[in-house]
Amino acid sequence: MLRLKNINTYYGKVHALKNVSLHLAEGEIVTLIGANGAGKTTILNTISGVTPANGGDLLFQKEEIKALAPDRIVKLGISQVPEGRQVFKPMTVDENLELGAYLRYRARDPKAEILKDKEEIFQLFPRLEERRKQAAGTMSGGEQQMLAIGRALMARPKLLLLDEPSMGLAPLVVQEIFRVLQRLRDERGVTILLVEQNAKAALKLADRGYVLETGKVILEGAADELLENAEVKRAYLGKDKKEIWER
Amino acid sequence: MELGNQLLQYLLSGLSTGAIYALIGIGFSIIYNATGIINFAQGEFVMLGGMLTLFLMETLKLPLWAAIPLAVLLATLVGLLFERLAIRPLRKASPISLVIITIGGSILIRGLSMLIWDKDTHALPPFSSEEPIMIAGATVLPQHFWILGITVVLIGLNKWFFSHTISGKAMRACSYNPRAAGLVGIDVRRMVLLSFVISAAMGSLAGIIVAPLTMTSYDVGVMLGLKGFCAAIIGGMSSGIPTVIGGLILGVLESLGAGLISSGYKDAIAFVILLLILFIRPQGLFGKPESERV
Repeated sequence: MLRLKNINTYYGKVHALKNVSLHLAEGEIVTLIGANGAGKTTILNTISGVTPANGGDLLFQKEEIKALAPDRIVKLGISQVPEGRQVFKPMTVDENLELGAYLRYRARDPKAEILKDKEEIFQLFPRLEERRKQAAGTMSGGEQQMLAIGRALMARPKLLLLDEPSMGLAPLVVQEIFRVLQRLRDERGVTILLVEQNAKAALKLADRGYVLETGKVILEGAADELLENAEVKRAYLGKDKKEIWER
Repeated sequence: MELGNQLLQYLLSGLSTGAIYALIGIGFSIIYNATGIINFAQGEFVMLGGMLTLFLMETLKLPLWAAIPLAVLLATLVGLLFERLAIRPLRKASPISLVIITIGGSILIRGLSMLIWDKDTHALPPFSSEEPIMIAGATVLPQHFWILGITVVLIGLNKWFFSHTISGKAMRACSYNPRAAGLVGIDVRRMVLLSFVISAAMGSLAGIIVAPLTMTSYDVGVMLGLKGFCAAIIGGMSSGIPTVIGGLILGVLESLGAGLISSGYKDAIAFVILLLILFIRPQGLFGKPESERV
């Protein structure tokens, strides 16, 4: 469904992505793990058209999308849930969700359908419904994360990009959100690309994973294999550290 | 005239000039919220409104009711071209450079207007009769009611646009979080263009409705623009009610100051208020520090 081939992206003079290649099949959950500055967010922003690639191929459903503006990418069916939620804080939950469907309003999609989708999001996250008239900025971090995901879903994406949805949230809330991601894939067939610092939780949810280091893919494989991989354990799971170091 | 009647008189005329300042101020705020820049060419849209109406009436012999919408349309077109030619090509520039460009744009528009028309002051005919109406001892021109009425309608439309249409909400979203707005598919550049279009339309209409009272010439935009800016500052750069109140306060204080102290201080009052607000409450009269703008 999505394929990156030898993608190179620069932030000014910083070579942020070096020949990154990865792919997602339809209905897959794939996770990108790696330390801060490894290029995980840059990959998502390159896909979304925010920091366009300087070289390589970026194919979505066999179509080259490297040079497209962010709104075109959303229209094709790729929505991003950005790092740090980035909800429209002074606006209500309802308004945030409506703006998620901005392009559908512009394309004159029937309003009834948009409203129906909003109700579905409230079913997914019942807590949002209780707060639909509340300003987004006054909600808890977990609720804002749910709203950010809901807003992205309002565009009816085929591929959902999530940037560190667990950041700063209580473990129980993280569980709740990951359960919803699972449901989205199982019930609606949404393909998910998940960037996470919380490598363990991410690998447990995902089918496959890529490990990034300083802008390069250094490891890839099935999620359960990566969970067992000694290098991954040492660097990202903080497990069996002693064992490895003393070997 | 008794003091009470006099005060009422000042109050009423202050409210109608204040309404004009409010409309101009909202224009400043809309562009500021969309782009982070203060558009000092805002006053020129106001001038263009009045001057174009006059031009259409005198040269093309159009009746007033036809000249007004056409003048608004033309001034809006100037606003659109201004964004396209002077602001959009420099999107990577810092806000301060863009602000200086708007000052340059303002001088250019004013200069061209002087060349195309002249340096004289002109009057626009009032929208209805010139017969003053007596209210509790104060005399009010019908044009004052036109001003207040049109302002109320425009502010209502503005409010409706920003809170009930998807484009209005998208514009607000851009001002709160341009990055996230881009990610939901809002074309931020389009919203910037739209902000110039709306501001130019509102500004020019303000210039038209005030012209029968205060006359118009190629350089009225300077002072009206600054007063509008002052209203926006009092309102904390809000594109809603706070700026309207800012404009009304400014208009009334100016009118009281001019009436009770000396008309020579009329403009000084606006700028003293501007400086006081900037020194003491830079977030505006009603804003909480660091609060969100609407």
